[in-house]
Amino acid sequence: MNKLTIANKEFSSRLIVGTSRYPNPQTMLEAIEASEAEMITLSIRRLNLNSDNGQESILNLINRNKYWLLPNTAGCFTARDAVLTAQLAREALNTNWVKVEVIGDDETLFPDVPELLKASEQLLKDGFIVLPYCNDDPITCKKLADMGCAAVMPLGAPIGSGMGIRNPYNIQIIRDMVDIPLIVDAGVGTASDAAFAMELGVDGVLMNSAIAGAEHPVQMAKAMKLAVEAGRLAYESGRIPKRLYAKASSPVEGLIGTHEK
Amino acid sequence: MADKTIIIGGGIIGLSLGWQLVRRGADVEILERSKAGKSSSWAAAGMLAPQAEMGFEDIELFYLCRKSLEMYPRFLEELYNDSCIKAEYDKCGAIMPAFDRDDSERIRRLFDFREKIGLPVQWLTGSEAREIEPYLSPKCTFAVWMPEDGQIDNRKLLETLRTAFINAGGKLYEDHLVERINIKNGKAIGVHIHGIDIEADKIIVCAGSWSKMIEGIPEEAQPPVRPVKGQAISLIMDDTCKVTHAVRAPDAYLVPKKDGRLIVGASVEEMGFDEKPTAGEIFRILERAWEAVPSIYDLKIQSIDVGLRPGSRDHEPIIGDSDIEGLYFATGHYRNGILLTPVTAYELAEWIISGNKSETLARFNISRFHKETVS
Repeated sequence: MNKLTIANKEFSSRLIVGTSRYPNPQTMLEAIEASEAEMITLSIRRLNLNSDNGQESILNLINRNKYWLLPNTAGCFTARDAVLTAQLAREALNTNWVKVEVIGDDETLFPDVPELLKASEQLLKDGFIVLPYCNDDPITCKKLADMGCAAVMPLGAPIGSGMGIRNPYNIQIIRDMVDIPLIVDAGVGTASDAAFAMELGVDGVLMNSAIAGAEHPVQMAKAMKLAVEAGRLAYESGRIPKRLYAKASSPVEGLIGTHEK
Repeated sequence: MADKTIIIGGGIIGLSLGWQLVRRGADVEILERSKAGKSSSWAAAGMLAPQAEMGFEDIELFYLCRKSLEMYPRFLEELYNDSCIKAEYDKCGAIMPAFDRDDSERIRRLFDFREKIGLPVQWLTGSEAREIEPYLSPKCTFAVWMPEDGQIDNRKLLETLRTAFINAGGKLYEDHLVERINIKNGKAIGVHIHGIDIEADKIIVCAGSWSKMIEGIPEEAQPPVRPVKGQAISLIMDDTCKVTHAVRAPDAYLVPKKDGRLIVGASVEEMGFDEKPTAGEIFRILERAWEAVPSIYDLKIQSIDVGLRPGSRDHEPIIGDSDIEGLYFATGHYRNGILLTPVTAYELAEWIISGNKSETLARFNISRFHKETVS
């Protein structure tokens, strides 16, 4: 299986996981471990960043030698909020990577595209490695890629919905249109969704609720690791064409009675 | 001289444990950093709801919660004897309503799980739910009814505990911030406070969210507890809105108190020791509560309260002895502090006095965090 490279950084795992909504921090740590993800994303606005005086905090529990941190701007509704949050993250976590999320509506949590484009522009100008969470709209993705984002991360379905990949055709078009890493972010509900996304040829999958909200998150994390690997391997292996009629899997030639002597 | 026990922290856990120890003849001092029972225990909603709170992997914790709930009648009776103040347990039941298809799916999953493990739980239609709790929004589609969950006025309970502890002969020192626990040759020998050392034979850390911040305990022996901020609003009920059951709406709860307050909560935030209320969280809680019970709209606000739940790393409490002789913990009760008070106080007091480890508490020892291999 090929490695995933984003902004010159190599990752063996093509699964990126979140850190929110776990039943407790211990389960979160074990689930991340079981997922074998190397990159994890954190909501800056929902994190205690002032915990360097021996306080227990989510941030202090994460081994930064082992995991690459991808701060995100979840909870931001304007470009300005997102930029400020990214800057705060850069200062507190000492990384210029950011998953930009600008939400347009509280019910659907769909991205606000004009604000997202604005935030991405500003962050790129400010020297950030920008990974935008965006709609599964090929034009938006193309614009973000052309602008210089390090990856594009279209949604498979609304955040936390577990509805899977609702528009695989768009994901395929995006795959054809952008040549930077393409990561499906949001929408995965179970392992087959993750495998399916990978079979479409995307470079990775980012998920949180599907693992954190499962009845048994650690086990689900492992399932997702296997699914992402299986999907990628299948994609790289080249699937057989679909056909309407059967084609015997055993060779017909050389069977007893099919030719003389 | 008799053994002296120092309890660090005068919240609900420290007060009840102190009271139970004094009742068993111990000499107990409680050292409280600010005012006893006025921090997280005060801000709590007082739900005694083992069922409503239970997660899919929390079955052991649930049994502890249920055991504690069963101890409540005896606990309150003893308290009444020692304090002459009556704190009543209100077995009001808890209702978990859904307001649309997604909610229904979500609560169905919670219902199925509870039913599967044999808990008393009922599936209600929207109309049935509104017969039980008429103030529920007519938009209610379905609801889960948990008749055995209840609640208590935790503020009254704190007053009762404080009085009972002092009446029984316990000593309570407020505004006494313990600066350090003194440990010598693997044994806790006392505390350092206001510049002086005080000797003690046993020290029990009941300091809630602050439990990890006390100096003197070697890092590897510190309880992994962090503050988890919760904001809640106290409304004053009137004739237009008299809720009588605990309502566990999506993302908000409403708990009616006998004195006419309706506690609406609560946020769950990782904000360190920050205790300031914020517009966004209060707005969100009120909006969700209003969707569930629309008639709260005109109710007067009495106060906005912020508490810091002591969340351990696995969100289960840390109760029992430690590798350091004479040092005990009763902390990390997270969302279940009021509920877990009787079992914590009875089991740990008995353990400390008799020297026999509690079987019930075995699983909740701090040692569970030390066994992990560091990767």
